[in-house]
Amino acid sequence: MADNPQRPLAHPRPLSPHMTIYRWPVTMMTSITHRFTGVGLAVGAVILAWWLVSISNGPEGWQSFHAVSDTPLGLLVLFGLTWSLIYHFLNGVRHLAWDLGYGFDKRLAERNSVMIFALSIIAALAVFAAAWTGHGGYLR
Amino acid sequence: MSTAQTPLRKVRGLGSSHSGTGHFWHERVTAVALIPLSLWFAYVMLGLVGTSEVTALQFLAHPWNALLMGAFVCFTLWHTYLGLQVVVDDYIHTAGMKIFLLFVIRFSVLATGATCLFAIVRIAAL
Repeated sequence: MADNPQRPLAHPRPLSPHMTIYRWPVTMMTSITHRFTGVGLAVGAVILAWWLVSISNGPEGWQSFHAVSDTPLGLLVLFGLTWSLIYHFLNGVRHLAWDLGYGFDKRLAERNSVMIFALSIIAALAVFAAAWTGHGGYLR
Repeated sequence: MSTAQTPLRKVRGLGSSHSGTGHFWHERVTAVALIPLSLWFAYVMLGLVGTSEVTALQFLAHPWNALLMGAFVCFTLWHTYLGLQVVVDDYIHTAGMKIFLLFVIRFSVLATGATCLFAIVRIAAL
């Protein structure tokens, strides 16, 4: 009788070394960061729901949200979400370009990977700098 | 050549996944929709920094803004659902755990979306 292919092997077959042994190219970093920021933004969507509910609850609701978001930890989370959204946006546009068949050249992909990391950090810092220097709040 | 597939099945071309390229395509459609919507969202968030709940209420109560926020929430959560599903597909290899997590993700996304939309409607009605 043939062995059940689903049965775990008594002696697992050796695996080819992969993640742990190769030097990580920057494109591997951008790939896993895209996923990481995506999962982070899923949590951000829950925070967005909380924010919207807090507004719908009037002044007390607004204050209850800001009591948490205005703390150092709250600001750190907001900064993380800001950077995540910018990163996922920029790298997402690059993914759409790949889907259309553009940008598969290795050197080019490496170069714009570094650019996406740099740009996303600069843009996130710029958003926070704008907020802190009073350039936000223009919808008042 | 004989085949077990009915002509209808063959013409639909959905393959062994039973959903064809639907998942991939919906992920792209929502991504494209989210390009302008995220830019609008970022503009709004920075525009409301340091203001009061009155400003936020008045802004979101405007029909166009309520509509855009509703669209942003819907496309974001749809895209989130598709993305999280891929993460589970990639890393979870036992059927029971996979089904459980997909249930949790689907319910969470639906609950978050319903909460957002209810809040947006409530703000508009205030």
